[in-house]
Amino acid sequence: MARERILSIRDLAVSFRTTAGVVHAVRGVSFDLYRGETVAIVGESGSGKSVTAKTLMGISSRNSTIESGTELFTYTDEKGQKVTRDILKMTTKEIRHEINGRRIAMVFQDPMTSLNPLMPVGRQIMEGMIWHYHTPKEEAAKKALELMNLVGITDAEKRFKNYPHQLSGGMRQRIVIAIALACDPDLLICDEPTTALDVTIQAKILELIRKIQKERQLSVIYITHDLGVVAKVADYVNVMYAGRIIESGTVDEIFYDAKHPYTWGLLSAMPDLETDDDRLYAIPGSPPNLLYPVKGDAFAPRNRYALKIDSRVEPPMFRVTDTHYAATWLLHPKAPKIGMPEELAKRVKRLLKDAERLEEGRMSAEAIATGAMAGAVAEGREVSADQSAPKEMTEEPGTNKPAGMLTPEEAVATRSAENASRRRKHSSPCGDGRKEGGV
Amino acid sequence: MTTERLPEHDGRQDSPLLEVHNLKQYFHGGRHYVVKAVDDVSFNVYPGETYGLVGESGSGKTTIGRSVIRLYDPTAGTITFNGKDISGKLDKPTEQMLHTDMQMIFQDPMACLNPRKKVADIIAEGLDIHHMYQSQAERKQKVAEMLYKVGLAPEHAERYPHQFSGGQRQRVGIARALIMNPKLIIADECISALDVSIQAQVVNLMKDIQDETGTAYLFIAHDLSMVKYISDRIGVLHLGHLLETGTKDEIFDNPVHPYTQSLISAIPCPNPRVEKRRVAMHYDYKTSGIDYDKGTLRLISGTHYVRSTEEEFDRWTKGHQI
Repeated sequence: MARERILSIRDLAVSFRTTAGVVHAVRGVSFDLYRGETVAIVGESGSGKSVTAKTLMGISSRNSTIESGTELFTYTDEKGQKVTRDILKMTTKEIRHEINGRRIAMVFQDPMTSLNPLMPVGRQIMEGMIWHYHTPKEEAAKKALELMNLVGITDAEKRFKNYPHQLSGGMRQRIVIAIALACDPDLLICDEPTTALDVTIQAKILELIRKIQKERQLSVIYITHDLGVVAKVADYVNVMYAGRIIESGTVDEIFYDAKHPYTWGLLSAMPDLETDDDRLYAIPGSPPNLLYPVKGDAFAPRNRYALKIDSRVEPPMFRVTDTHYAATWLLHPKAPKIGMPEELAKRVKRLLKDAERLEEGRMSAEAIATGAMAGAVAEGREVSADQSAPKEMTEEPGTNKPAGMLTPEEAVATRSAENASRRRKHSSPCGDGRKEGGV
Repeated sequence: MTTERLPEHDGRQDSPLLEVHNLKQYFHGGRHYVVKAVDDVSFNVYPGETYGLVGESGSGKTTIGRSVIRLYDPTAGTITFNGKDISGKLDKPTEQMLHTDMQMIFQDPMACLNPRKKVADIIAEGLDIHHMYQSQAERKQKVAEMLYKVGLAPEHAERYPHQFSGGQRQRVGIARALIMNPKLIIADECISALDVSIQAQVVNLMKDIQDETGTAYLFIAHDLSMVKYISDRIGVLHLGHLLETGTKDEIFDNPVHPYTQSLISAIPCPNPRVEKRRVAMHYDYKTSGIDYDKGTLRLISGTHYVRSTEEEFDRWTKGHQI
């Protein structure tokens, strides 16, 4: 099936008037989004990721100016015809009528503040349907109940009349998602939907969004600063820095074959892996102040691979593959050949090995992930995977059980078996073990 | 109530810097309504080590930190710091000792610095209160040294908090805690308000300072991956109870309590091909059939304890024991 493009953003530039001067928050952002796919925008705070998303909803703050750009959004109107419109050229009223909640819906960061505290949650879900489609009340209520069941709220009928303060944070975020889905939007924007939630609930919410997206062929723009979240949900990744996209590619390309030094830095700065080194890699310095014009590459002052040209000319997007682009002079044919840092390269190799093992069905995804968390020695795990890997998988090829379908108990059993055999192998603490295994 | 005691030394020779025994912290909300924020928690922190407390919001980890530094009056239990009991009414010298030897770093670097004071005055406030300098020149010297230690420049001393970025402000918070030369620093979610690239900087700084000064940390966080990186030993909290404690290797290699397992499995792993096919484990206290009040801390191996009843202990450890 051909991919159907529903959104195309070109050269978007947004600035803010502040008392200190004009801040150029977004400086030329372009990307496409196709039906049923997820694109993640990753970046630090102040990199312009939320501003980009807010222009799509026409909810930018009042002191912002859109300096240039187009946002072409394709949707099917009431008569069943395909319409493509530039959102940036629509009036607020039109956006409110055609886009907000109806075709593009948004899930905000903090469910405490994005719900109306004075209205029962059921009515808040109905609100959009009644406003946009004039759905009769009973029908809307019925649909709201269905939605509450869909987002995993048990005893929905009882919860229907609850006020937001009577629900827990995770429940509230589920309600927000139900509201977003109420009008069957084509595009869902999730702006850090799990930052305000606990880790255990975060995993549940992400899995919920992923499930609903598959069922409804939704396109999702996912804004986050957490690369772990990106790995879980995204098909495509755009890495933003100082108002520009500095690297974009499929999720595999970004995680296994990053080209931009900033992306290397972000990947290396993640602590959760077998990194038992004394120091965590930290990107030195802090992001530039966008009050002042950026000369050359905005990342150059923090970049240990910076070339001379970086301080003078901003790098264009170099093409790596058809889907993978990066804005760094290191990709210029005349640039010195610098690959990713050795430490990161090692880590990527290990990740790929894990992925391979998963595809061959030798280990469950759960076991790999928790094994990685346990600081498993790469080599030690390899040995144990061969010896005591889940027998039910290697011995019964006929059952053909998908790797991801292990029950938690099985995963635990697998993992402990591994740990046990690893301990026998390396009786030393894993820090030392890693050094032995790493060489 | 069960009185449980961790063995005196957790397999270590030196005596603990901080001993918390059966700490309870209840809050009364009305005549018949009691919130048991911390219920029967015991752990030790040794000189120069980092003890990480993890748990979801509402599990009581911040309350423990605040009870230990005596921002609250503990309902029951004993807290021994530096060989002195600090859980009851404090006499003057003990209070002095507590206020100099134990310091705190707060969560929100925007909110914890007085916006109307210069950074130099914020950092030197402890010195001022305890008269720890002879002359203004010495005070200035001490502040400058401290700024250098946390990676700021001496000229920053004359600025106000709003002129700094989040990471720099957190450095000021660390400098303020460090200037008293404390034996224990309680770091309450001190990196969760910072950006990923800045988090690594601050954590590295905290590690360097520990190597240099030998201070101990009580590191409170909800982010298990960062806790794993910085801590020597970890305690897992849920609903006011300490469910599992041990060295980080014991906890991560062999998590016994279902809640610990669900916490570890909830951390997203930065490997898209693996992560996409994985479903995190689910844990619900209400339906799990576990009653925290019935359990006691039981030894698994080494310094690894889990809170459980006899029957639960057998069930959890059977099959996946070393």
